[in-house]
Amino acid sequence: MRILVMTKPVPDPAANAERLGANLRLDRAASPTVVNGNDEYGLEAALQLVQAHGGEVAILTMAPATGVETMRKALAMGAMSGVLVADDALAGADIPTTIRVLAAAAATQAWDLLIGGLDTSDGAGGVVTAGVAARLGLPLLSAAARIEPDPAARRVRVQRLSAKGHDLLEAPMPAVISATQALGTPRYPTLKGIMAARTRQITMLTLADLGADMLPIGGQWPSRVLGVLPPPSRAAGRTVTGDPAAQAREIADYLADQRII
Amino acid sequence: MTQSGPILGSTRLTEEQVLLREAVRVLADERVAPRAAAIDRDGAFPEDIRQLLAEHDVFAIPFAERHGGLGADLLTLILAIEQLSRACATTGLILAVQALGAIPIQGAGTPEQQDRWLPGLASGEKLIAFALTEPDAGSDPSGIRTKAVRDGNDYVIDGGKRFISHASVADYVVVFAVTNPEADKPSRRLSAILVETDRPGFTVARVEHKMGLRGSPTAELAFEGLRVPVANRLGEEGQGFAIAMQTFERSRPGIAAQAVGIAQGALEAAAAYAGQRRQFGRPIGELQMVQAMLADMDASTEAARHLLYTACEEIEAGNTDAARWAAIAKLVAGDTAMRVTTDAVQVFGGYGYIDEYPVERMMRDAKITQLYEGTQQIQRLIVARSLLARG
Repeated sequence: MRILVMTKPVPDPAANAERLGANLRLDRAASPTVVNGNDEYGLEAALQLVQAHGGEVAILTMAPATGVETMRKALAMGAMSGVLVADDALAGADIPTTIRVLAAAAATQAWDLLIGGLDTSDGAGGVVTAGVAARLGLPLLSAAARIEPDPAARRVRVQRLSAKGHDLLEAPMPAVISATQALGTPRYPTLKGIMAARTRQITMLTLADLGADMLPIGGQWPSRVLGVLPPPSRAAGRTVTGDPAAQAREIADYLADQRII
Repeated sequence: MTQSGPILGSTRLTEEQVLLREAVRVLADERVAPRAAAIDRDGAFPEDIRQLLAEHDVFAIPFAERHGGLGADLLTLILAIEQLSRACATTGLILAVQALGAIPIQGAGTPEQQDRWLPGLASGEKLIAFALTEPDAGSDPSGIRTKAVRDGNDYVIDGGKRFISHASVADYVVVFAVTNPEADKPSRRLSAILVETDRPGFTVARVEHKMGLRGSPTAELAFEGLRVPVANRLGEEGQGFAIAMQTFERSRPGIAAQAVGIAQGALEAAAAYAGQRRQFGRPIGELQMVQAMLADMDASTEAARHLLYTACEEIEAGNTDAARWAAIAKLVAGDTAMRVTTDAVQVFGGYGYIDEYPVERMMRDAKITQLYEGTQQIQRLIVARSLLARG
């Protein structure tokens, strides 16, 4: 089984140094980068799947050429090779362009499963993985909490997180899966993994390798960032007091009102 | 470029060294540091941390690739010990002692002996200890009484050792014993013999109760009719003293790295506290007397670090004065660690004296770096001898 995982370099949330530069674009020099969290959960799941079923994990990234550095971190975890789409014309690319490029790049590779994070911690659009599935005309199994492939039957089953618990989704392979934190904690790379990652192949692609229709007509991104605001701070929580039985009832009623239980 | 971790001086390091140091730093910060207080409190060898170091190939650093190691140089090992010790000095010592015990095998062992023992040490499956010191022979190894007497293809070892790090958890102990009592020079009387600790006649007499490094077991050993094959001897008969001294040239930098790591950990804790603790209506870090202490702690830690890194490069390059480089690196780093951790406690005031914060532990841990692998006085003796020998 071959699994391709989309790994986006994002500002390290732990460094708290995410900044905007010119044109309201991310200032990539301001912060150290890491593999996007949800992508990393997907990578961990992929590595466990090939350990169990055999096969190999590769990674796919669209980023400036400096993205290689972050890709090495994913390779150190155990991915065997990578594809980096880097092209100056992609600076500031919007979501539809990102989807077209990643879909075209994924199509240059052979794989049974394509995994990407449910969303990313910088842009947080939350539609790229789904968009790639749509663009490729393949089934999307979203918000995966567990992935169970059956390589012999060429089918994959996914437990999808839902408000009520899990949905069970099943689709033929090849399929696209969006990954969540529920897949489990990513491994720390071993020192031997870090050393091995330095010599693993990263194939560089440019737009010229992906076909003519990647960029929007006229060269203008159809969407434009007008401003960026921090999220509103969380409102104060509600405190339940009084008799424990009454408290329990109040909480249960509230959860039922919210259709959580 | 913002750094995600502390500033640790990178310009002289190779890309490989920076990568490995960063990986060990992350492990130390995320997995070791949260355990450090409990390891100190429990006073037991942290088997979970040993597993962690094994799983992530940290033990593999000082071993050749043909033995399952990373084939890294001395400076890379030192970077790892420094990062581990920054979080937990006991953990830094786990790696340092493994490297220490392996040096006699790497330096004096035959290819067969190396193939037999080094892969288990590189994987962390086996632990090793280094047993030179005896109750009456510390700084002066000529007082060693433990003897190994030939009996056919075996040595029979009788005697004992004291203050042996990891001896109670190790699978192997490199024992220095008198095999040639009649040799004219005391330095020709010893041999180095690798002892498997499951052999009859090998006993852990007791484990010491220590001021610091409390998770690192320090044991007294007793040998009674301990029978070991002659094939376990490392190097020739009578070479033991030379093997021990050559070992220290490569192991003392490890203790210096532990000291620099402890100092760095204490400095970071003190600087963070100075930014938070408010007195006289402002953070104490805005008071010049506190600022001066922090600046001096930083400057002396950085100076010790770069002296150590230089020493590693000189030793690795085969400098004929390696013993002096190792001695001055440990001398400066050990004294720096003691002073910096004492000042860190001072920055914390009364809070520094209680175990709510890590600096009292760091101060207790720092003291040992002035004592073991040669006291600071022995280091000065080595440096002075080297100086005077130049005429």
